[in-house]
Amino acid sequence: MAMLEVSDIHTFYGNIEALKGISLEVEEGEVVTLIGSNGAGKSTTLRSISGLSPPREGSIRFKGQEIGETPPQDIVRLGISQSPEGRKCFQRMTVRENLDLGAYMRKDDYENDMTRVFDLFPRLKEREKQKAGTMSGGEQQMLAIGRALMAQPELLLLDEPSMGLAPILVERIYETVAEINKQGTTILLVEQNANYALEVSSRGYVLETGAVALTDASSKLRENPDVQAAYLGGG
Amino acid sequence: MEAAPVNVTKSAPLAAVGSFLGKYGLILVLLVMPVAFGIDDLRTDGNLTALGQNLVAGLSNGAIWALVAVGYTLVYGIIELINFAHGDVFMIGSFVAFGLYGVFGLTVATGALGLAVGLFAVLLVTMFATGSLNVLIERVGYRPLRGAPKLAPLITAVGFSFLLQNVGLLWLGGSQAGVPNLIDQAKVVFTVAGVDITRGDILALAATAPLVYLATTFIRKSRLDKAMRATAQDPEAARLMGINVDTTISLTFLLGGVLAGAAGLIYALYQTTVWFFQGFTAGLIAFTAAVMGGIGNLKGAVLGGLIIGCIQQISDNRVGQEWTPVIVFAYLILIMVFKPSGLLGEETREAG
Ligand SMILES: Nc1ncnc2c1ncn2[C@@H]1O[C@H](COP(=O)(O)OP(=O)(O)OP(=O)(O)O)[C@@H](O)[C@H]1O
Ligand SMILES: [Mg+2]
Repeated sequence: MAMLEVSDIHTFYGNIEALKGISLEVEEGEVVTLIGSNGAGKSTTLRSISGLSPPREGSIRFKGQEIGETPPQDIVRLGISQSPEGRKCFQRMTVRENLDLGAYMRKDDYENDMTRVFDLFPRLKEREKQKAGTMSGGEQQMLAIGRALMAQPELLLLDEPSMGLAPILVERIYETVAEINKQGTTILLVEQNANYALEVSSRGYVLETGAVALTDASSKLRENPDVQAAYLGGG
Repeated sequence: MEAAPVNVTKSAPLAAVGSFLGKYGLILVLLVMPVAFGIDDLRTDGNLTALGQNLVAGLSNGAIWALVAVGYTLVYGIIELINFAHGDVFMIGSFVAFGLYGVFGLTVATGALGLAVGLFAVLLVTMFATGSLNVLIERVGYRPLRGAPKLAPLITAVGFSFLLQNVGLLWLGGSQAGVPNLIDQAKVVFTVAGVDITRGDILALAATAPLVYLATTFIRKSRLDKAMRATAQDPEAARLMGINVDTTISLTFLLGGVLAGAAGLIYALYQTTVWFFQGFTAGLIAFTAAVMGGIGNLKGAVLGGLIIGCIQQISDNRVGQEWTPVIVFAYLILIMVFKPSGLLGEETREAG
C-alpha cells in the first residue's frame, strides 16, 4: 500500500473542472514530482490533497485512511503539510512567529525542529526577528518550506519551491529538498522547472489540462523526447 | 539629487519634531481637556476635586464602552468588518438583563446576598444570550459572505443593526424604560480627597476588570491570539497550519458578544434606564474607542474606552452635553486622519 493514493479525483472551482480524473501514488520515502505547463492542474492537485480544494469525486487515501473530505486543519494533523503556491507567509509576523505557527497544532516541544529548520536555512536564522513581508521572495520561499517542516510532516507537499529564485538559489533549494528527503520525509513536488525536479525525484507525473498525460521514472522522463521538447527547454 | 544631503541636515530637527508628534501627538491631544480643566479647577477651587469626580464617573462609564469596544476591535482585527450590529447586541444585553430582573424576582427590596447571587445569575444568562446572538449573526449573516467584497457583510451588518433595534422597539417601546435601581447606584460608598465613589462606580470597575482579565487570559491560553492573527493575515495559510478558521471566527464573535452582554447589564444597573436606541450611540462611542486604542488591539480598546468615558464626562460636565458627540467624533476624525494606528495599534503596514 502506497503512503498516498489519489484515485480518479475531479476537483472544481465553481463550475470549472480543474482536475478531470487524476490518479497518482506516492510511496513512503520517495520524492515524486508533478510537472506540466501553466494551468495543467498541478497546484490544484496539491490543494486537493491538503484539503484546501477538496475533490468533488474520487478518493484520496493517506496511509490507508480516506481524507478526501477531511478539512485542511485536520489533514495537517495526520502528517501532511504544504508549502503552498505563492508562499503565503504571514506577512506581518516575524520569521520566528511564522515558524511557530507551522507547529501550531503540536503539543510537544518543537525547539529541535526549529534548530533543524535554521540549519537547513541559515538565512532564516539571521532574519529571525524580521517581518516576513519585508523579506525577499527567495527568503520567503525558504520560510514557507521551513514553516511546513515545523509540522513534522510525513508527507511534504511543495508547490514550485524554485519560483522566482536566482539560479544559484534554485540549486541550494534543491539540495535542501534532497536533504529533507534523506532525513526521512516523503515529498510530493510540483515544478515548472522540470530539470531540477526530475533530478531530485525518483518518479514523475506529467499533467496536461487536468489529467495525467504520462508517468514514468524520472530518469526515463528526462530522456523522453516529448518531455524534453515541452518541459526541459530542449528539442 | 545633489541637494538631498543638505536638505536632510537642515530638516533634521523638524523631522525629530515630526516623529515626536507622530508618537506622542495623540497623547498630547488627549491630555488637553483634563489639563485645561485641571488648571481651571486649581484657579477657582484651589484643588482638583471636581476634575477627580469627572474622572471617576468617566472611568465607570468608560468601563462599559471598553467592554463593548473589545467586540468591535476583535471582529475588525480578524475579518476587517466594522460590525455595526455590535452596539445593538449590547442594547439587547441590557434588555435581556432587565427582563431577567423580573424572571429572578430581583427588586429594590431584595437583600444583599440575594442580590449578589441574583445579579451574578443575570450576568451569566445575559452573557450567554448575547454571546449566542453574536455567534448566530456571524453564522447566518457574515459567514456566507466571506468570499464576497467587503461591502457585502458591511451592508448585512447595518441590516442586523436595524433588525435588532426594531426588536428592541417592539420589546420595550420607543421611549426610555426605567430599570429598578437595584444597587442604589448613586449611593456614596466612600470619599477620597473630596471625590465621591459611588456603588455604581465600584460595580462598573469591579465587574469590568476581571472580565477583561479573563478574556485576555482565555485568548492567550487557548492560543486564540495566534489563531486570530493568522486568520486575519491569510485564512488559507492559517488552515494549512491546523487552525480551524470557522471556529476561530465563531469564538471571536462569542467573546465579543459575551462582553457586550456584561456591558449591557452594567449599563442597566448604572444608568437605570434602557431604550432601543442606546446601542446606536454606544456603538459609535465604542467604535471610536476601538480606533483610538488601535483597531485590532484588545488592550487598546479597553484603554480607548476608559479615555473616551473620561472625555465624555468632562465634556458633559464642563462644556455641555450637546457638545459631547461633537467632541468625541472630532477625536475620531483626528485619529483617523493623523494617527490611524491609534495608541497601541500596529504601526502602518510595511511596504508591499
Ligand atoms: N481559484 C480559482 N478559480 C477558478 N479557476 C481556478 C482557480 N484556481 C485555478 N483555477 C483554474 O484551474 C486550472 C488549474 O490551475 P492550477 O493552479 O492547478 O494550475 P497549475 O498547474 O498549478 O499552473 P501553474 O504552473 O501556472 O501554477 C487552471 O485552468 C486555472 O485557471
Ligand atoms: Mg500552480
